[in-house]
Amino acid sequence: MRHVISLLIENESGALSRVSGLFSARGYNIESLTVAPTEDASMSRMTIVTTGSDDIIEQITKQLNKLVEVVKVVDISEAAHIERELMLTKVRATGKDREEMKRMAEIFRARIIDVTDTSYVIELTGNQSKLDAFISAIDPALILETVRSGVCGVGRGDRILKV
Amino acid sequence: MVLTGAEIVIRCLQEEKVDYVFGYPGGAVLYIYDALFNQDKVRHVLVRHEQAAVHAADGYARSTENVGVALVTSGPGATNAVTGIATAYCDSIPMVIISGQVPTAAIGQDAFQEVDTVGITRPCVKHNFLVKDVRDIAATMKKAFYLAKTGRPGPVLVDIPKDVSMHKCEFEYPKEVSMRSYNPVIKGHQGQIRKAVQLLLEAKRPMIYTGGGVVLANAAEQLTKLTRMLGFPITNTLMGLGGYPASDRQYLGMPGMHGTYEANMAMHYSDVLLAVGARFDDRVIGNPDHFAEEPRKIIHVDIDPSSISKRVKVDVPIVGDLKEVLEEMIRQLEANAARPNPETLGSWWKQVDEWRSRECMKYKNSDEIIKPQFVIQKLWEVTGGEAIVTSDVGQHQMWASQYYRFDKPRRWLNSGGLGTMGVGLPYAMGAQLANPDKQIACVTGEASIQMNIQELSTCKQFRLPIKICNLNNRYLGMVRQWQQLFHGERYSESYMDSLPDFAKLAEAYGHVGLRVERPSDVEGALREAFARKNDLVFLDFQIDQTENVYPMVQGGKGLTEMILSAEDL
Ligand SMILES: Cc1cc2nc3c(=O)[nH]c(=O)nc-3n(C[C@H](O)[C@H](O)[C@H](O)COP(=O)(O)OP(=O)(O)OC[C@H]3O[C@@H](n4cnc5c(N)ncnc54)[C@H](O)[C@@H]3O)c2cc1C
Ligand SMILES: Cc1ncc(C[n+]2csc(CCOP(=O)(O)OP(=O)(O)O)c2C)c(N)n1
Ligand SMILES: [Mg+2]
Repeated sequence: MRHVISLLIENESGALSRVSGLFSARGYNIESLTVAPTEDASMSRMTIVTTGSDDIIEQITKQLNKLVEVVKVVDISEAAHIERELMLTKVRATGKDREEMKRMAEIFRARIIDVTDTSYVIELTGNQSKLDAFISAIDPALILETVRSGVCGVGRGDRILKV
Repeated sequence: MVLTGAEIVIRCLQEEKVDYVFGYPGGAVLYIYDALFNQDKVRHVLVRHEQAAVHAADGYARSTENVGVALVTSGPGATNAVTGIATAYCDSIPMVIISGQVPTAAIGQDAFQEVDTVGITRPCVKHNFLVKDVRDIAATMKKAFYLAKTGRPGPVLVDIPKDVSMHKCEFEYPKEVSMRSYNPVIKGHQGQIRKAVQLLLEAKRPMIYTGGGVVLANAAEQLTKLTRMLGFPITNTLMGLGGYPASDRQYLGMPGMHGTYEANMAMHYSDVLLAVGARFDDRVIGNPDHFAEEPRKIIHVDIDPSSISKRVKVDVPIVGDLKEVLEEMIRQLEANAARPNPETLGSWWKQVDEWRSRECMKYKNSDEIIKPQFVIQKLWEVTGGEAIVTSDVGQHQMWASQYYRFDKPRRWLNSGGLGTMGVGLPYAMGAQLANPDKQIACVTGEASIQMNIQELSTCKQFRLPIKICNLNNRYLGMVRQWQQLFHGERYSESYMDSLPDFAKLAEAYGHVGLRVERPSDVEGALREAFARKNDLVFLDFQIDQTENVYPMVQGGKGLTEMILSAEDL
């Protein structure tokens, strides 16, 4: 099962390697991991997308909690939550493809944020499946490069992760 | 008061009431050694190899309730310390390791004797720190000691660059630590404890399974009280030996791979299993699927939530310090008139005693050749069961754990989790310094002892009257046993050739050495050794080369599928 784990961690050097080291040392999967400081600069928030059986997910949250610098851990995918990911796609845009790319961007409510004679950079935000759908909707031969931020997420409504 | 970083380090150690630091100097820690030189509260023990410094500090911690402290230089000093740190980590031993680092400006420049110590040790410490500013030393040291000894204990490393130890600042030792990210649970959940007590009272085939946590929590007294109140059978893991008196009738011996028949059968066929500070290790429950085949309710008390439901599903998890939890269980039982049904318990004991009557620890003694089990039994007799026994890793370790009866905690020091050959002598050094009036015996093998034999020199310098009992079988015995049983008797590289004359070697270091070849000389040699109160005596017992450790549960097999003796093969 796919799970989205959010955590708050002290903003110390090396904190990220403690988390990534834990996953590699114990053989847990990481699908994506994002991290950045929060409004409180002494703390970072991390979102980890992982897969595993219930037992493994239980161990992952326990092991994360055990890290001395981790302040709080929640599995936000246990209840209603929102996930978003940002993707930048650079595509070849010449001849008739220029119009076609613009049309695709509109359909997906993406934005073209850089334009040259031969290429566009398209910015798209959404959940993972939306980004996947966009990628499969355009001609692979036209994709020059893509970069994805990895998933970040929050619980809906009263579900708040804060110290 | 304005002090240098190095002076602050030493002041912190004084504040923590550290009496011994085990270490080895080098460039990056010269300022710290200078600060040591100028005081006499913290005594330094100069070992001959950094691995031994960490093991000795670890042995010191295991034999007391204190944090062990080691001090090493950067680069090779730190890498030599890694095995020691990992050994302590695997057995949850509270330690602080201070390592020197190249100056901050040189970090990342491939400087002389630079390694990423924090990176290398990260997976085998409870936590580690790189101190980049002299003003952070005191608070970091305070945190290091706090982290090492609270919650689930473990080693904490503090890496200090040379310039940081030279810079100056005002010194003040923090009175307390508070960390928003670290708050171990101490008190167990009342409701869960009530549920557990209820289960225990209704059990038909109850069993208590305890481990190193009892020793670490200093809760042997509470465990003994609870076990006697309930009247249940009990087993202690290799790490928990002495947590419950081994000579008591309710004690069934050790469980697991080389545990007793009765302990393993009772674990397996219990209907309620109370696990206390033990982590269902693979050497204890064998194959977890086989273990799960028999239905039973498991109550698991542990301070580390990640130990619970890791390898087996637990029905009543209780997170907390087990001393507190055991006390609460006792309180609830005292407030409750109900007791386990004597008849049901009686018929369970009948079954347990039937298993016990197999006498799985019996062995064939000999008049001609020394049997290792016999040496340990004699060691127990000669020391009145009162010695602190350290061991290395191998067959001798198992024989020592099986045949020396530990009635009190902190008398059995060994590497269970990592299984590090070479710990025996340094553990004995730490234990002897911590317990100058106690008898210390180091049970070892001719291979293990050579992994830190250089420490005989440290023992001479610090006049440590350790008694080394070398069970010399001229084999990597544990390896040979597996090759005999599971690899078609192909003894690949397990014969120990070209051994030194250990008695003479001990003499060369300035100690007393005795070679013992006949069973009839064993007791006399032991008595002579322990009579020499001020000497280290190296007893080199020439034992039966082909003796194996039984009982045995083969890796991957279930607890009930034991090989009890050579006849079962
Ligand atoms: C050659 C060899 C053979 C071995 N054979 C056997 C064998 O036959 N039988 C055997 O038992 N072992 C054997 N071992 C040892 C085995 O590998 C494990 O080290 C051992 O079984 C683990 O012991 P434990 O479960 O008591 O856990 P420990 O490693 O001692 O862990 C202690 C547990 O207690 C918890 N704890 C710590 N402090 C507290 C506290 N204050 N409150 C609550 N909980 C606390 C910790 O979180 C942890 O979960 C062998 C080792 C070797 C090298
Ligand atoms: C550092 C290290 N290397 C290798 C091993 C694997 N090993 C376990 S027991 C053993 C043999 C130990 O021989 P000895 O000390 O003579 O003890 P014996 O088994 O003969 O009693 C070996 C090599 C280990 N545990 N530790
Ligand atoms: Mg040997």
